Amino acid sequence: MSDTTVSDHTCGPLSLDERSLPTITLGFIPLTDCAVLAVASELGFAHRQGIVLRLSREVSWANIRDKVAFGLLDGAQMLAGMPIAATLGINQLRMPMLAPFCLSRNGNAITVSSGLYREMALAGGLRGNDAPCVVGHALRAVIDEHRTQGRPPLTFGMVYPFSCHNYELRYWMAACGIDPDIDVRLAVIPPPLMVDSLRDGYVDGFCVGEPWNSLAVEAGLGQIIVSKAEIWRHGVEKMLCVPYALAVEKPDILAALIRALDEAAAWADDPAHRSELVELLAMPAYLNAPAAIIERALNGAMVPARPLAARSVPDFLVLHREGANRPPVDQALWLYSQMVRWQQSACHRGDAQLVRQIFRPDVYEAALRGGAWQAPAPGQDWDVPESATAFDPTSSSVPHLDPGQIDIAAAVAAIAVADGASD
Amino acid sequence: MGDPNLTILIIEENAVRAAILEEGMRDAGYCHIQRIADMANLLNKICAVDPDVIVIGLENPSRDTLEQMFQVSRSVRRPIAMFVDISDTATIEAAVDAGVSAYVVDGLKKERVRPILDVTISRFHVFRRLQEELVQAREALEARKMIERAKGILMKQQNLGEQEAYSLMRRTAMSQKRKLYDIAQSVVTAAQMFGQS
Repeated sequence: MSDTTVSDHTCGPLSLDERSLPTITLGFIPLTDCAVLAVASELGFAHRQGIVLRLSREVSWANIRDKVAFGLLDGAQMLAGMPIAATLGINQLRMPMLAPFCLSRNGNAITVSSGLYREMALAGGLRGNDAPCVVGHALRAVIDEHRTQGRPPLTFGMVYPFSCHNYELRYWMAACGIDPDIDVRLAVIPPPLMVDSLRDGYVDGFCVGEPWNSLAVEAGLGQIIVSKAEIWRHGVEKMLCVPYALAVEKPDILAALIRALDEAAAWADDPAHRSELVELLAMPAYLNAPAAIIERALNGAMVPARPLAARSVPDFLVLHREGANRPPVDQALWLYSQMVRWQQSACHRGDAQLVRQIFRPDVYEAALRGGAWQAPAPGQDWDVPESATAFDPTSSSVPHLDPGQIDIAAAVAAIAVADGASD
Repeated sequence: MGDPNLTILIIEENAVRAAILEEGMRDAGYCHIQRIADMANLLNKICAVDPDVIVIGLENPSRDTLEQMFQVSRSVRRPIAMFVDISDTATIEAAVDAGVSAYVVDGLKKERVRPILDVTISRFHVFRRLQEELVQAREALEARKMIERAKGILMKQQNLGEQEAYSLMRRTAMSQKRKLYDIAQSVVTAAQMFGQS
C-alpha cells in the first residue's frame, strides 16, 4: 500500500488562495485516534489558521519515524514513547523531537481470544465485567495451569516496542504477578494483522487501539477484557511530534497548527458532532471500517464480546476535554521509567533531564495564549495512572525486578517528583 | 561481499515487485532466494528460512515486527535492505545522511538491487562490530564494578587489606578454574543472602 495524501483526493487540487499558504504534511496511522488530525484537515480548521494541512496515511510506525527523519514528512502522529526513543537515540536513530500537542488520551484495549477467555473465566471465576486485577489474576491462573501441563507460553501482540500498548500490557501483567518477559511472549504485530493473527492462533491476545479490538469482537474471535482507561485513567496515547529543528525554524507555522488542532479536538470531542465525525473516519482514506464500530470508542460504549451488551467505559477515548491536549511532562518521565524498567534503556540522570524537554506544555500554551483553553482545576488528578493496584514505579511487589532496577525506577520517579511539580 | 551462496529472503506481498527484486538478485549472481508473501506469523517463517539478508519494502506494515525481532533477539538479527517504488535522489541522500542503519532507499529497478545488497551487508557488519564493542565495553565495566564490590565485602568481613582481598579471589578463581568475575559475583550474592552487603 502506498501512502495517500488524503487532502488531495478528498478536497481536489489546491485553490489559488491555498497555494499562497504554507503547507505542512503530517503522517498518520489509520486508527480511531487519528480523529483530530482528520478533522483539522478536512473541516477547514487548518485553513482558518492560515495553513494547508496535508495528511499522509502510513502503514507502520517505523515508516513514520523514518519519513520524519528523511524530511519526507514535516511531522506526524506518533506513539507517545516514540519522540522519547528518538530524542534519546534508543532505537538506532537519534533525532531530537518535540511533542507540543497530545492528540488523544486512552483509546486502547486488551483483547483475548474467545478460547483463552473461557479458560480464564473457569480458572479465575470471572463473571464478566470484572476489574482489571481480577481478570489479570485469572490470566495468571491459566498461565500456571499451562505451565504444569508443559504447554508453550501464551503470545500477546502489541504494536511497537516504544508504544503505550507495550507499557500498559506489561504494567497490567506485572501488577497481576505475571512477568511479561518470562511468563508470556510479546510480539509486535501491525494493527491490520492483529485480527488475522488471533484467528490463526498466532497470538492468544493483544493490546491495540480501536477499532481493532471491536473488529475482533465483531468477527466473533475475541473478548475485550481491559481498556487503557481502566489501567491509567488519562494516559497519553498519540502525540503530534515534529523535529526539534522544525519547531525552532518555523515557530509561527507550528503555533498555527497547534491552534488548528486544538479547535479540531474541541469539535471532535463534542457529542453533537459524533455522527459527522464517525462518517468522516469511516471513509476509505481514513479507517475504511464500519461507522457503527468506530462509534463505540468515541461513545465509550464497548461491546466486550458477542452476544454481550455494550458496556460503558468512561473516558475510553478522550480527544479534548479536561486539558487532554496539553502534553504532560510527568507522563513523559513515566514512559521513560518504563523504558528503563523493561530494559530498553539504561537510566541516566542526563537522559531524564532531556526527557523533560520533549513534551512541551509551554509551546502548547504559548500557541493558544488568549484562546479558550483553561488549565484543569487543581485536584484533578489526571496524570496519575490508576490501576487495580495504585501506580508506583518503585513498587517492590513486582517480583522479577531486582533491587538494582527498583533503584533505577526510583531515581527516575524521584527526578519526576522533584522537578515535575511545576507541571 | 557478493557471496553467491547467501540466502536472501524477500518479504513482499506484491508479485510484480518481488519478481523485479528476484531478477535483479539473480543477475547479480545470487541464487538462494526465497520469498514470503503472507505477513502472518512472520517470525516463525523467517526462522524457517534462516536468511543471511532480508529485503523488505519501506511501505510494508511488517517492518515494525521486523524491528522488534531484531531488538529482542540478537540471534535472529540480519542485515535488512529496504526499497521504495519511487526513484527520488533527495530521499536517498537524506536516508544515507541520516545514517539510520543498514538500509538504503532507492527506486525499484533490478539494476539497483546488487549495490543495495552490497551496501546493506557492509553497513550491517560495521553496525554489528560497533554494537559488539559497546557490549564488551559495558561488560568489562560491569565486571570491574562487581569485583570492586566483592573486594569491599571481603575487606570488611574478613578484615583483609585491599590487595589481600583481591589475591584471595584470584587464587580461588584459579583453583576452581572459574572466572574472577564469577567468584566476585558469588561473594556479592552470598553477602546479599546473609544480609551483610
